[in-house]
Amino acid sequence: MNLDFSYLDWGIVSNFLVKGLRFSFELTVISMLGGTFIGTLLAMMRLSSRRWISLVAAVYVDTFRSIPLVMVILWFFLLIPMLTGRAMGAELSATITFTVFEAAYYAEIMRAGIQSIPRGQMAAGYAVGMSYTQCMRLVVLPQALRNMLPLLLTQTVILFQDTSLVYAIGAYDLLKGFEIAGKNFNRPIETYLVAAVVYFAICFGLSTVVRRLQKKIRIVR
Amino acid sequence: MSGPWQWQVFLQKYDGEHTYLSWLMSAWGWTLMVALSALAVALVVGSLVGIARTTPMRWLVLLGEAWTELFRNIPLLVQVFLWYYALPAALPILQAVPGFLMVVFALGFYTSARISEQVKAGIQTLPTGQRYAGLALGLTLPQTYRYVLLPRAFRILVPPLTSEAMTIVKNSSVAFAVSIPELTMFAMQAQEETSRGVEVYLAVTALYFISSFTIGRLAMVVERKLRVPGMVGGKA
Repeated sequence: MNLDFSYLDWGIVSNFLVKGLRFSFELTVISMLGGTFIGTLLAMMRLSSRRWISLVAAVYVDTFRSIPLVMVILWFFLLIPMLTGRAMGAELSATITFTVFEAAYYAEIMRAGIQSIPRGQMAAGYAVGMSYTQCMRLVVLPQALRNMLPLLLTQTVILFQDTSLVYAIGAYDLLKGFEIAGKNFNRPIETYLVAAVVYFAICFGLSTVVRRLQKKIRIVR
Repeated sequence: MSGPWQWQVFLQKYDGEHTYLSWLMSAWGWTLMVALSALAVALVVGSLVGIARTTPMRWLVLLGEAWTELFRNIPLLVQVFLWYYALPAALPILQAVPGFLMVVFALGFYTSARISEQVKAGIQTLPTGQRYAGLALGLTLPQTYRYVLLPRAFRILVPPLTSEAMTIVKNSSVAFAVSIPELTMFAMQAQEETSRGVEVYLAVTALYFISSFTIGRLAMVVERKLRVPGMVGGKA
Protein backbone atom coordinates (compact mmCIF):
# COMPACT_ATOMS: atom_id res chain seq x y z
CA MET A 1 0.00 0.00 0.00
CA ASN A 2 1.25 3.47 -0.81
CA LEU A 3 0.56 6.00 1.85
CA ASP A 4 0.36 9.49 0.48
CA PHE A 5 0.17 12.30 2.96
CA SER A 6 0.95 15.04 0.45
CA TYR A 7 -2.66 16.22 0.41
CA LEU A 8 -2.35 17.38 4.01
CA ASP A 9 -1.88 21.13 4.26
CA TRP A 10 -3.11 24.05 6.30
CA GLY A 11 -6.16 24.34 4.08
CA ILE A 12 -7.41 21.02 5.46
CA VAL A 13 -6.80 22.15 8.99
CA SER A 14 -8.69 25.41 8.58
CA ASN A 15 -11.44 24.03 6.33
CA PHE A 16 -12.26 20.78 8.08
CA LEU A 17 -10.49 20.30 11.37
CA VAL A 18 -10.72 23.57 13.28
CA LYS A 19 -14.52 23.53 13.31
CA GLY A 20 -14.60 19.90 14.49
CA LEU A 21 -11.85 20.35 17.08
CA ARG A 22 -13.59 23.39 18.49
CA PHE A 23 -16.84 21.45 18.88
CA SER A 24 -15.07 18.48 20.48
CA PHE A 25 -13.41 20.81 23.00
CA GLU A 26 -16.61 22.76 23.63
CA LEU A 27 -18.52 19.55 24.18
CA THR A 28 -15.82 18.30 26.57
CA VAL A 29 -15.60 21.51 28.61
CA ILE A 30 -19.35 22.15 28.83
CA SER A 31 -20.18 18.61 29.83
CA MET A 32 -17.27 18.51 32.27
CA LEU A 33 -18.48 21.66 34.04
CA GLY A 34 -22.19 20.83 33.80
CA GLY A 35 -21.56 17.19 34.60
CA THR A 36 -19.46 17.98 37.66
CA PHE A 37 -22.12 20.40 38.90
CA ILE A 38 -25.05 17.99 38.43
CA GLY A 39 -22.82 15.13 39.58
CA THR A 40 -22.02 16.93 42.83
CA LEU A 41 -25.72 17.49 43.49
CA LEU A 42 -26.37 13.80 42.73
CA ALA A 43 -23.57 12.75 45.06
CA MET A 44 -25.02 14.85 47.89
CA MET A 45 -28.46 13.36 47.19
CA ARG A 46 -26.99 9.87 47.14
CA LEU A 47 -25.52 10.45 50.61
CA SER A 48 -28.73 11.96 51.97
CA SER A 49 -30.26 10.30 55.01
CA ARG A 50 -33.70 10.59 53.41
CA ARG A 51 -34.20 7.32 51.61
CA TRP A 52 -36.23 8.48 48.64
CA ILE A 53 -33.75 11.24 47.80
CA SER A 54 -30.83 8.84 47.81
CA LEU A 55 -32.91 6.34 45.84
CA VAL A 56 -33.62 8.88 43.08
CA ALA A 57 -29.91 9.63 42.75
CA ALA A 58 -29.01 5.94 42.80
CA VAL A 59 -31.48 5.14 40.03
CA TYR A 60 -30.18 8.05 37.93
CA VAL A 61 -26.54 7.05 38.33
CA ASP A 62 -27.04 3.31 37.86
CA THR A 63 -29.29 3.74 34.84
CA PHE A 64 -26.87 5.89 32.89
CA ARG A 65 -23.91 3.78 33.90
CA SER A 66 -25.48 0.62 32.52
CA ILE A 67 -26.50 1.93 29.08
CA PRO A 68 -23.97 2.31 26.26
CA LEU A 69 -23.24 5.97 25.57
CA VAL A 70 -24.13 5.52 21.90
CA MET A 71 -27.62 4.38 22.90
CA VAL A 72 -27.98 7.36 25.25
CA ILE A 73 -26.98 9.69 22.41
CA LEU A 74 -29.59 8.06 20.17
CA TRP A 75 -32.25 8.19 22.90
CA PHE A 76 -31.82 11.91 23.50
CA PHE A 77 -31.71 12.66 19.79
CA LEU A 78 -35.04 10.83 19.46
CA LEU A 79 -36.73 12.06 22.65
CA ILE A 80 -35.82 15.77 22.85
CA PRO A 81 -37.71 16.71 19.65
CA MET A 82 -40.60 14.43 20.72
CA LEU A 83 -40.93 16.20 24.05
CA THR A 84 -40.28 19.77 22.96
CA GLY A 85 -42.05 19.45 19.62
CA ARG A 86 -39.13 21.14 17.84
CA ALA A 87 -36.25 19.72 15.85
CA MET A 88 -32.91 20.10 17.53
CA GLY A 89 -29.46 20.19 15.96
CA ALA A 90 -27.19 17.23 16.51
CA GLU A 91 -24.57 19.42 18.22
CA LEU A 92 -26.95 20.87 20.83
CA SER A 93 -28.55 17.47 21.40
CA ALA A 94 -25.09 15.96 21.94
CA THR A 95 -24.16 18.68 24.43
CA ILE A 96 -27.27 18.03 26.52
CA THR A 97 -26.75 14.27 26.31
CA PHE A 98 -23.11 14.38 27.39
CA THR A 99 -23.84 16.73 30.31
CA VAL A 100 -26.61 14.52 31.62
CA PHE A 101 -24.71 11.29 30.94
CA GLU A 102 -21.34 12.32 32.34
CA ALA A 103 -23.06 13.64 35.49
CA ALA A 104 -23.64 10.00 36.46
CA TYR A 105 -19.91 9.24 36.25
CA TYR A 106 -18.81 12.47 37.95
CA ALA A 107 -21.39 11.75 40.68
CA GLU A 108 -19.62 8.53 41.64
CA ILE A 109 -16.28 10.33 41.80
CA MET A 110 -17.72 13.16 43.91
CA ARG A 111 -19.42 10.67 46.20
CA ALA A 112 -16.07 9.04 46.90
CA GLY A 113 -14.62 12.53 47.39
CA ILE A 114 -17.23 13.58 49.92
CA GLN A 115 -16.87 10.28 51.73
CA SER A 116 -13.12 10.81 51.96
CA ILE A 117 -13.66 13.82 54.22
CA PRO A 118 -13.77 12.87 57.91
CA ARG A 119 -17.22 13.10 59.47
CA GLY A 120 -15.85 15.35 62.21
CA GLN A 121 -15.46 18.20 59.73
CA MET A 122 -19.20 18.27 59.12
CA ALA A 123 -19.79 18.17 62.88
CA ALA A 124 -17.28 20.96 63.38
CA GLY A 125 -19.11 23.03 60.80
CA TYR A 126 -22.45 22.50 62.53
CA ALA A 127 -20.80 23.27 65.90
CA VAL A 128 -19.74 26.74 64.76
CA GLY A 129 -23.31 27.37 63.62
CA MET A 130 -23.14 26.62 59.90
CA SER A 131 -26.13 25.25 58.02
CA TYR A 132 -25.88 22.05 55.93
CA THR A 133 -25.44 24.11 52.76
CA GLN A 134 -22.69 26.20 54.31
CA CYS A 135 -20.89 23.14 55.68
CA MET A 136 -20.96 21.53 52.26
CA ARG A 137 -20.06 24.64 50.28
CA LEU A 138 -17.38 26.01 52.57
CA VAL A 139 -15.88 22.95 54.26
CA VAL A 140 -16.54 19.61 52.61
CA LEU A 141 -16.86 20.28 48.86
CA PRO A 142 -13.67 22.35 48.44
CA GLN A 143 -11.64 19.54 49.98
CA ALA A 144 -13.54 16.82 48.13
CA LEU A 145 -12.98 18.62 44.82
CA ARG A 146 -9.29 18.98 45.50
CA ASN A 147 -8.88 15.35 46.52
CA MET A 148 -10.77 14.14 43.48
CA LEU A 149 -9.34 16.56 40.92
CA PRO A 150 -7.05 13.93 39.33
CA LEU A 151 -9.95 11.47 38.97
CA LEU A 152 -12.28 14.15 37.64
CA LEU A 153 -9.68 15.09 35.04
CA THR A 154 -8.98 11.46 34.11
CA GLN A 155 -12.71 11.08 33.53
CA THR A 156 -12.53 14.20 31.37
CA VAL A 157 -9.85 12.63 29.16
CA ILE A 158 -12.19 9.66 28.71
CA LEU A 159 -14.99 12.12 28.02
CA PHE A 160 -12.89 13.78 25.32
CA GLN A 161 -12.34 10.40 23.66
CA ASP A 162 -16.04 9.63 23.94
CA THR A 163 -17.00 12.82 22.11
CA SER A 164 -16.09 10.92 18.92
CA LEU A 165 -19.27 8.87 19.45
CA VAL A 166 -21.44 11.78 18.31
CA TYR A 167 -20.66 10.12 14.97
CA ALA A 168 -23.88 8.19 15.63
CA ILE A 169 -26.04 11.28 15.06
CA GLY A 170 -23.76 12.97 12.56
CA ALA A 171 -22.65 15.92 14.71
CA TYR A 172 -19.59 17.73 13.37
CA ASP A 173 -16.75 16.92 15.76
CA LEU A 174 -13.03 16.38 15.23
CA LEU A 175 -13.48 12.85 13.89
CA LYS A 176 -16.20 14.00 11.50
CA GLY A 177 -13.86 16.73 10.26
CA PHE A 178 -11.22 14.13 9.53
CA GLU A 179 -13.72 11.87 7.87
CA ILE A 180 -15.05 14.52 5.52
CA ALA A 181 -11.52 15.62 4.63
CA GLY A 182 -10.58 11.99 3.96
CA LYS A 183 -13.57 11.50 1.69
CA ASN A 184 -13.00 14.75 -0.19
CA PHE A 185 -9.41 13.89 -1.00
CA ASN A 186 -10.16 10.19 -1.42
CA ARG A 187 -7.52 9.39 1.19
CA PRO A 188 -9.61 7.84 3.99
CA ILE A 189 -6.89 5.57 5.36
CA GLU A 190 -4.21 8.22 5.71
CA THR A 191 -6.79 10.47 7.30
CA TYR A 192 -7.80 7.90 9.91
CA LEU A 193 -4.11 7.42 10.72
CA VAL A 194 -3.61 11.14 11.18
CA ALA A 195 -6.79 11.29 13.27
CA ALA A 196 -5.39 8.57 15.54
CA VAL A 197 -2.12 10.47 15.94
CA VAL A 198 -3.92 13.74 16.75
CA TYR A 199 -6.25 12.11 19.29
CA PHE A 200 -3.29 10.28 20.81
CA ALA A 201 -1.27 13.49 21.14
CA ILE A 202 -4.15 15.32 22.83
CA CYS A 203 -5.13 12.48 25.19
CA PHE A 204 -1.58 11.48 26.06
CA GLY A 205 -0.70 15.12 26.68
CA LEU A 206 -3.71 15.61 28.94
CA SER A 207 -3.06 12.38 30.89
CA THR A 208 0.58 13.39 31.42
CA VAL A 209 -0.55 16.73 32.83
CA VAL A 210 -3.04 14.96 35.09
CA ARG A 211 -0.33 12.61 36.37
CA ARG A 212 1.95 15.57 37.20
CA LEU A 213 -0.91 17.32 38.94
CA GLN A 214 -1.69 14.22 40.93
CA LYS A 215 1.78 14.28 42.49
CA LYS A 216 1.63 18.00 43.12
CA ILE A 217 -1.70 18.39 44.85
CA ARG A 218 -1.67 15.28 46.99
CA ILE A 219 -3.06 16.48 50.34
CA VAL A 220 -0.76 15.82 53.26
CA ARG A 221 -2.75 14.78 56.29
CA MET B 1 -53.05 -0.11 15.34
CA SER B 2 -54.04 1.92 18.36
CA GLY B 3 -52.69 3.35 21.57
CA PRO B 4 -49.44 5.13 22.20
CA TRP B 5 -47.49 1.88 22.45
CA GLN B 6 -47.16 -0.20 19.36
CA TRP B 7 -45.21 -3.22 20.43
CA GLN B 8 -46.69 -5.18 17.55
CA VAL B 9 -44.04 -3.41 15.49
CA PHE B 10 -41.79 -6.31 16.41
CA LEU B 11 -44.12 -8.71 14.62
CA GLN B 12 -43.87 -6.80 11.35
CA LYS B 13 -41.73 -8.39 8.71
CA TYR B 14 -38.77 -6.33 7.55
CA ASP B 15 -38.02 -8.36 4.44
CA GLY B 16 -41.36 -10.06 3.86
CA GLU B 17 -40.15 -13.16 5.64
CA HIS B 18 -38.53 -12.44 9.00
CA THR B 19 -39.92 -10.34 11.83
CA TYR B 20 -38.16 -7.46 13.56
CA LEU B 21 -38.23 -9.63 16.67
CA SER B 22 -36.08 -12.27 15.04
CA TRP B 23 -33.74 -9.54 13.77
CA LEU B 24 -33.55 -8.13 17.32
CA MET B 25 -32.61 -11.53 18.71
CA SER B 26 -29.93 -12.09 16.09
CA ALA B 27 -28.60 -8.59 16.84
CA TRP B 28 -28.41 -9.52 20.51
CA GLY B 29 -26.45 -12.60 19.53
CA TRP B 30 -24.00 -10.43 17.55
CA THR B 31 -23.56 -8.08 20.51
CA LEU B 32 -22.80 -10.97 22.85
CA MET B 33 -20.50 -12.61 20.33
CA VAL B 34 -18.51 -9.42 19.71
CA ALA B 35 -18.34 -8.63 23.42
CA LEU B 36 -17.38 -12.10 24.65
CA SER B 37 -14.80 -12.73 21.91
CA ALA B 38 -13.27 -9.31 22.54
CA LEU B 39 -13.26 -10.05 26.26
CA ALA B 40 -11.31 -13.24 25.63
CA VAL B 41 -8.74 -11.33 23.54
CA ALA B 42 -8.58 -8.56 26.13
CA LEU B 43 -8.10 -10.93 29.07
CA VAL B 44 -5.26 -12.83 27.40
CA VAL B 45 -3.44 -9.81 25.97
CA GLY B 46 -4.20 -7.58 28.96
CA SER B 47 -2.87 -10.18 31.42
CA LEU B 48 0.33 -10.68 29.43
CA VAL B 49 0.92 -6.94 29.13
CA GLY B 50 0.07 -6.38 32.79
CA ILE B 51 2.46 -9.14 33.86
CA ALA B 52 5.17 -7.75 31.58
CA ARG B 53 4.89 -4.41 33.34
CA THR B 54 5.69 -5.99 36.72
CA THR B 55 8.75 -8.02 35.64
CA PRO B 56 12.29 -6.93 36.51
CA MET B 57 13.11 -6.75 32.77
CA ARG B 58 13.25 -3.11 31.81
CA TRP B 59 12.58 -3.58 28.11
CA LEU B 60 9.50 -5.67 28.87
CA VAL B 61 8.21 -3.02 31.26
CA LEU B 62 8.72 -0.28 28.68
CA LEU B 63 7.07 -2.36 25.98
CA GLY B 64 4.07 -2.95 28.25
CA GLU B 65 3.83 0.73 29.15
CA ALA B 66 4.00 1.74 25.49
CA TRP B 67 1.29 -0.78 24.58
CA THR B 68 -0.99 0.50 27.32
CA GLU B 69 -0.51 4.18 26.46
CA LEU B 70 -1.00 3.54 22.75
CA PHE B 71 -4.27 1.65 23.05
CA ARG B 72 -5.64 3.75 25.87
CA ASN B 73 -5.19 7.17 24.32
CA ILE B 74 -6.93 6.70 20.98
CA PRO B 75 -10.75 6.76 20.98
CA LEU B 76 -12.24 3.31 20.50
CA LEU B 77 -14.18 4.44 17.45
CA VAL B 78 -10.99 5.60 15.72
CA GLN B 79 -9.32 2.29 16.56
CA VAL B 80 -12.27 0.42 15.08
CA PHE B 81 -11.92 2.41 11.84
CA LEU B 82 -8.19 1.69 11.73
CA TRP B 83 -8.69 -2.04 12.17
CA TYR B 84 -11.59 -2.21 9.76
CA TYR B 85 -10.35 0.05 6.94
CA ALA B 86 -6.65 0.80 7.34
CA LEU B 87 -5.18 -2.57 8.36
CA PRO B 88 -6.69 -4.63 5.51
CA ALA B 89 -5.46 -1.95 3.08
CA ALA B 90 -1.96 -2.16 4.55
CA LEU B 91 -1.83 -5.96 4.71
CA PRO B 92 -3.87 -7.39 1.83
CA ILE B 93 -3.77 -10.81 3.47
CA LEU B 94 -6.15 -9.43 6.11
CA GLN B 95 -8.78 -8.73 3.48
CA ALA B 96 -9.88 -12.34 3.79
CA VAL B 97 -10.54 -11.86 7.52
CA PRO B 98 -14.21 -11.14 8.24
CA GLY B 99 -14.93 -7.61 9.44
CA PHE B 100 -16.45 -9.02 12.59
CA LEU B 101 -13.05 -10.34 13.68
CA MET B 102 -11.35 -7.02 13.00
CA VAL B 103 -13.84 -5.33 15.34
CA VAL B 104 -13.23 -8.04 17.94
CA PHE B 105 -9.51 -7.28 17.84
CA ALA B 106 -10.10 -3.53 17.94
CA LEU B 107 -12.31 -3.83 21.01
CA GLY B 108 -10.11 -6.52 22.56
CA PHE B 109 -6.83 -4.59 22.21
CA TYR B 110 -8.45 -1.37 23.40
CA THR B 111 -9.74 -3.15 26.51
CA SER B 112 -6.42 -4.97 26.99
CA ALA B 113 -4.86 -1.61 27.87
CA ARG B 114 -7.39 -1.13 30.66
CA ILE B 115 -7.02 -4.72 31.86
CA SER B 116 -3.23 -4.46 31.89
CA GLU B 117 -3.59 -1.56 34.33
CA GLN B 118 -5.76 -3.69 36.61
CA VAL B 119 -3.48 -6.72 36.39
CA LYS B 120 -0.41 -4.63 37.12
CA ALA B 121 -2.13 -3.04 40.13
CA GLY B 122 -3.31 -6.47 41.31
CA ILE B 123 0.19 -7.93 41.23
CA GLN B 124 1.64 -4.86 42.90
CA THR B 125 -0.75 -5.06 45.84
CA LEU B 126 0.87 -8.36 46.82
CA PRO B 127 3.70 -7.97 49.34
CA THR B 128 7.09 -7.97 47.54
CA GLY B 129 8.21 -10.58 50.05
CA GLN B 130 6.10 -13.16 48.21
CA ARG B 131 8.05 -12.68 45.01
CA TYR B 132 11.36 -12.94 46.89
CA ALA B 133 10.17 -15.97 48.84
CA GLY B 134 9.34 -17.70 45.56
CA LEU B 135 12.69 -16.85 44.04
CA ALA B 136 14.55 -17.79 47.24
CA LEU B 137 12.93 -21.23 47.13
CA GLY B 138 14.60 -21.72 43.79
CA LEU B 139 11.57 -21.15 41.59
CA THR B 140 12.33 -19.49 38.28
CA LEU B 141 10.66 -16.15 37.55
CA PRO B 142 7.91 -17.73 35.39
CA GLN B 143 7.33 -20.32 38.11
CA THR B 144 7.08 -17.60 40.76
CA TYR B 145 4.39 -15.94 38.67
CA ARG B 146 2.62 -19.21 37.91
CA TYR B 147 2.53 -20.66 41.43
CA VAL B 148 2.87 -17.69 43.79
CA LEU B 149 1.83 -14.33 42.39
CA LEU B 150 -0.84 -14.94 39.76
CA PRO B 151 -3.12 -17.28 41.75
CA ARG B 152 -3.48 -14.57 44.39
CA ALA B 153 -3.51 -11.59 42.07
CA PHE B 154 -6.31 -12.95 39.90
CA ARG B 155 -8.53 -13.57 42.88
CA ILE B 156 -8.12 -9.96 43.92
CA LEU B 157 -8.82 -8.98 40.32
CA VAL B 158 -12.24 -10.60 39.94
CA PRO B 159 -14.27 -7.48 40.88
CA PRO B 160 -12.42 -5.00 38.61
CA LEU B 161 -12.37 -7.53 35.78
CA THR B 162 -16.11 -7.98 36.23
CA SER B 163 -16.69 -4.31 35.67
CA GLU B 164 -14.45 -4.49 32.59
CA ALA B 165 -16.61 -7.34 31.29
CA MET B 166 -19.72 -5.24 31.80
CA THR B 167 -18.04 -2.25 30.12
CA ILE B 168 -17.05 -4.31 27.10
CA VAL B 169 -20.72 -5.18 26.44
CA LYS B 170 -21.50 -1.47 26.40
CA ASN B 171 -18.43 -0.65 24.31
CA SER B 172 -19.32 -3.30 21.74
CA SER B 173 -21.98 -0.82 20.60
CA VAL B 174 -19.35 1.10 18.58
CA ALA B 175 -19.37 -1.82 16.12
CA PHE B 176 -22.41 -0.11 14.57
CA ALA B 177 -20.00 2.31 12.88
CA VAL B 178 -18.66 -0.44 10.61
CA SER B 179 -22.08 -2.03 10.06
CA ILE B 180 -21.76 -5.08 12.28
CA PRO B 181 -25.44 -6.09 12.68
CA GLU B 182 -25.41 -5.81 16.49
CA LEU B 183 -27.96 -4.21 18.82
CA THR B 184 -27.09 -0.55 18.23
CA MET B 185 -27.03 -1.04 14.48
CA PHE B 186 -30.43 -2.74 14.77
CA ALA B 187 -31.73 0.15 16.87
CA MET B 188 -30.70 2.71 14.26
CA GLN B 189 -32.03 0.80 11.28
CA ALA B 190 -35.27 -0.45 12.80
CA GLN B 191 -35.99 3.05 14.14
CA GLU B 192 -35.58 4.47 10.67
CA GLU B 193 -37.69 1.82 8.95
CA THR B 194 -40.56 1.56 11.43
CA SER B 195 -40.58 5.07 12.96
CA ARG B 196 -41.31 3.34 16.28
CA GLY B 197 -38.11 4.59 17.87
CA VAL B 198 -39.24 4.44 21.48
CA GLU B 199 -40.31 0.79 21.34
CA VAL B 200 -37.20 -0.21 19.42
CA TYR B 201 -34.79 1.68 21.70
CA LEU B 202 -36.53 0.38 24.83
CA ALA B 203 -36.16 -3.21 23.69
CA VAL B 204 -32.50 -2.71 22.79
CA THR B 205 -31.73 -0.89 26.04
CA ALA B 206 -33.42 -3.66 28.01
CA LEU B 207 -31.26 -6.29 26.29
CA TYR B 208 -28.10 -4.32 27.14
CA PHE B 209 -29.30 -4.20 30.76
CA ILE B 210 -29.99 -7.92 30.85
CA SER B 211 -26.60 -8.74 29.31
CA SER B 212 -24.62 -6.62 31.78
CA PHE B 213 -26.70 -7.79 34.71
CA THR B 214 -26.19 -11.44 33.82
CA ILE B 215 -22.43 -10.99 33.49
CA GLY B 216 -22.38 -9.21 36.86
CA ARG B 217 -24.28 -12.09 38.46
CA LEU B 218 -22.04 -14.76 36.90
CA ALA B 219 -18.98 -12.91 38.13
CA MET B 220 -20.42 -12.81 41.67
CA VAL B 221 -20.64 -16.60 41.62
CA VAL B 222 -17.05 -16.86 40.38
CA GLU B 223 -15.91 -14.43 43.04
CA ARG B 224 -17.58 -16.38 45.83
CA LYS B 225 -15.99 -19.61 44.60
CA LEU B 226 -12.50 -18.11 44.38
CA ARG B 227 -12.41 -15.95 47.48
CA VAL B 228 -9.27 -16.28 49.56
CA PRO B 229 -10.15 -17.36 53.11
CA GLY B 230 -8.96 -14.87 55.68
CA MET B 231 -9.02 -11.88 53.31
CA VAL B 232 -11.54 -9.08 53.79
CA GLY B 233 -14.89 -10.43 52.60
CA GLY B 234 -13.58 -14.00 52.51
CA LYS B 235 -14.48 -16.92 54.71
CA ALA B 236 -13.08 -16.72 58.23
